[in-house]
Parts: sequence; C-alpha cells; structure tokens
Amino acid sequence: MFQQSFFQLGQYILFIKKVFQKPEKLKMYWIQYLKELASLGLNSIGIVFLISIFMGAVLTIQTGINLENPFIPLYLIGYATRDSMILEFSSTIVSLILAGKIGSNIASEIGTMRVTEQIDALEIMGVNSASYLVLPKIAAAISFFPFLVIMSIIVGVWGGWLGGCVLTEVLSTGQYIEGLRYYFLPYYVVYSLIKTSVFAFIITSVSSYYGYHAEGSALDVGRASTKAVVYSSVLILLFNLIITQLLLV
Amino acid sequence: MIKIQNLCKSFDEVEVLRDITLSFEPGISNLVIGASGSGKTVLLKSLVGLHEIDSGSILYDGRDFSKMNFRERKEIRKEIGMVFQSGALFDSSTVVENVMYPMDMFTQMSPEEKLERANFCLSRVNIVNANHKFPSEISGGMRKRVAIARAIALNPKYLFCDEPNSGLDPKTAILIDNLIQELTQEYQMTTIINTHDMNSVMEIGEKVVFIHQGKAWWEGSHQDIFETQNKELESFVFASKFQVHINQLKKASGG
Ligand SMILES: Nc1ncnc2c1ncn2[C@@H]1O[C@H](COP(=O)(O)OP(=O)(O)OP(=O)(O)O)[C@@H](O)[C@H]1O
Ligand SMILES: [Mg+2]
Repeated sequence: MFQQSFFQLGQYILFIKKVFQKPEKLKMYWIQYLKELASLGLNSIGIVFLISIFMGAVLTIQTGINLENPFIPLYLIGYATRDSMILEFSSTIVSLILAGKIGSNIASEIGTMRVTEQIDALEIMGVNSASYLVLPKIAAAISFFPFLVIMSIIVGVWGGWLGGCVLTEVLSTGQYIEGLRYYFLPYYVVYSLIKTSVFAFIITSVSSYYGYHAEGSALDVGRASTKAVVYSSVLILLFNLIITQLLLV
Repeated sequence: MIKIQNLCKSFDEVEVLRDITLSFEPGISNLVIGASGSGKTVLLKSLVGLHEIDSGSILYDGRDFSKMNFRERKEIRKEIGMVFQSGALFDSSTVVENVMYPMDMFTQMSPEEKLERANFCLSRVNIVNANHKFPSEISGGMRKRVAIARAIALNPKYLFCDEPNSGLDPKTAILIDNLIQELTQEYQMTTIINTHDMNSVMEIGEKVVFIHQGKAWWEGSHQDIFETQNKELESFVFASKFQVHINQLKKASGG
C-alpha cells in the first residue's frame, strides 16, 4: 500500500518533469491553449454561476436564521456571506465541483488517447506527448480559474442578496450592503486566488496523470477518470489545509 | 537499412522476443508474419522505442537507436512514419488536419503548401472529398488509409505498418498492399509490414520473416514459402483448407 503510493508519487513527479519541458513549437502549444481555454474555462462558467448563486442564497438565509439575537447587528449577515464566499466557497467548493467536471473530462480524454494508441502516434512523430497534451491544459486552468473565482464571489454575494433580502427578507438591502463593506480585507481575495491556482494545477495535472497512465481498455479509462476525481478532491482538501496554515494563521 | 542484433524483450517473466537478429533493406517490402500474439507488434514497437528492449541493438543506417537518449531518439523518429494496428488517428481533428499535423509540428511550410502536400498524400491513398470528416465519420478501411497518408506526409526514410490491411475486404487489402509497395520503391524507404494475411505475403512479400515462439524462425521470399520444409511455417501458412488446396494444385502441376 505504502510502496504503491510512493511509486505513484515518483511516477507523478517524473510525469510533471516531462510536462514542463521546452515546447517543440510554441505556435502549436498556443493553439492548444486557446482550445483548452474554451473547453476547460468557458464551458465551466455555467456550472460555477449556478452553484455560486445558490450557495450565496443559502448561506445568507442560514446565517440569518442563526443570528436571531437582538444584540448582534443584522449587517453582519452580509459580512459573513462575503467572507465565506471569498475564503472558502468560491475557491475550495467551486474547485471541488470543477474537479468532478474537468477532472473526469481530462482523464477520459487523455486515457482514450492512450488506449487507442494516439499518444504512441504522437511519440513516434517525435512529439513530447505529455508536454503537448498537458501543459496547455495546466496553463489554461491556472489562467482561467481566477476569473471563475472572482465571478463566483460576485455571483454568490448577489445570490445572498436575493436569498436574504428579496426571498426571505431577513435583512434590508441597506443592511446587507453595509455588511458587504464592513471590515473588508483585500488579502483574503489574494489568499483565495492563490489557493485556486494551486487547485487548478492539482486538478489538471493529477487528472492528466491518471489518464496518461491508463492501460488496456475502455474499462481502464473509466477507472482512470474515477481515480482522477477522487485523488484531485482529496488533494484539494489537503492543500486547502496546508495553504490556510501557511497564509492565514 | 535497419539492422536488429540479438534483440530480447520480455514482459515481467514472459519472454516475448528472444535473441532476434534481422536486417531489412530499403526499397523492398519486408513482411513480418506470425500467429496472433507471436510478438509482431511488440517487435515493431521495440524498434521505435515504445517498448524498452532488454538487450540487443537496433541500427538505423548504422545509428544505434537503443543507446540513444530521448533527444537523439526524437531526431530519428522524425524520419519514421508509422501506421498503427488501430490507425491511431487523432479523434478531435479532421482527416486533413490529421495528415497536416506532422507538417504543422515540424516544418515551416506555409498553410497552402501544407494543404497541397496533405491533399497529395490523401490522393495517393485514394481518399478524396473526405478532408473535413472526422475519423469517427469514415470507415475502418478509410481510417487505415488516412493513417498511411499521415505516415508518409513528411517523406519518411523508414515506414512501419502494423497490419495495415487487417479487417479489410480482399480487394481493398490488396490495394493498400500495392500502395505501400509502390511508395516503398518510389521513395526507397525501409519498410516493415506486420501481417498475418497470406494474400499480402503472396502479393508483396519480397522478404518474409516468420516469427514463432519469440524467434525469427524462418526468412525468405514468398516463392520460398511453397518449397519450405519448415514444419511450423507450413502449418502456419497452410492453415486454411483453401490454401492447402492451392498448394496441392501447385505441387501437382509443378510435378
Ligand atoms: N504491454 C504489454 N505488457 C505485457 N505483455 C504484453 C504487452 N504487449 C504485448 N504483450 C504480450 O506480448 C505477446 C505478443 O503480443 P503482440 O501484440 O506483439 O502480438 P501480435 O503478434 O502483434 O499479435 P496480433 O497479430 O494479434 O496483433 C502477447 O502474448 C502479449 O500478451
Ligand atoms: Mg499486433
């Protein structure tokens, strides 16, 4: 069990080394990068929007219910929604959801290329297949995830307003906005963006790793994509803890 | 010219190739035959480094591939065209993009030149009006032919084909065989073709190597096959009643 984990870790590190080699032809990588931006980034906007709006709304309503104490000012509900979105929901939860969506997508795409010998075909031509297939994905995810996070924060806060001020009327719009402005630390946003970039790297590289090392049949591609989602999720949780310790405590 | 010396390859405990020594000349069709699972694909993949060999050497016109590092191998691989058993076309690219891909990656040709070359290669394999179809939208035989077009796109010095005509009807199969032979002569490529199709052997087998129990069991031309006293080869070649029948007729008429 331990031996197996160490073997995989070693194999993963070698894989990453292969990925980060000098591209043969930058133009081809650029084209791939643009394609990946569309497939990994733009295609995720919808789901991030949907999750964020509901999370924001539920957060506000729940905080409102739990704060029925006359000594605590209501605007703190807005404050809580804002910081929960920034600190945890828009980065970690959204990344976990994306690990499911993007992770399985990447692992099955690369895994299929492996079992149908397309990766071998690339290697035969003299292309560094790991780098060509994976580097653009990592770059696309790292450069696009921050936008998704910012969008998620904004949509989440808006969802909070819908839930707290429009739907349930726990607090007034004025109070909500006062809360949003209360004690705002820009550093939290930086922390959130750093976290997300790390998560973007984890999702794309781990999923690519499992896809790239799929062997045999379509069955193995399915297994690879399950593993990709499970391991990226676990690593996200682990690194969430580590980064928080390093940056916030 | 490709020379293989004392090549051995095993997976875990299973020896697939044992002490294979062979040489392949340019300009003629070199066929590797053998039963399913005899190690033809492993041999071809070992030649290009997709499998690391355990011992032995592989010489590409005197250059020892087995001792090269990744970078040096890449240079040799640019001179290699390979047609995989499954075709291995890129699913997400169209037919013409597949053929243009090696040019995109390794040449400075203009888009017009690339398109012209791609169309030329596709016309050589009789594929017309399918440029913008995806691999999933064309037939198995067409996929094989597109794979051949992609393999010859950069005028390779070495061409490897893993069962280029398996799963095709006899007529198309022979078409592909003849095409590969024609290209081989025209460009003086060193061509190695894996097959277990006896029609191919008869049609283009200028040199035939029979792999059996992991060894290069027998070598010769397709004419030699009929005179062979080699039991294993005989039982492989004349496995079907049809072929036994032909052989009997031939022996009878030849005296
Ligand atoms: N990656 C691998 N790991 C372990 N064993 C393998 C691997 N690839 C091939 N083998 C074994 O090597 C032997 C030869 O396989 P190979 O694919 O070369 O056969 P083949 O002659 O090409 O057969 P076919 O005509 O069916 O394509 C088989 O017994 C196979 O089980
Ligand atoms: Mg084979």
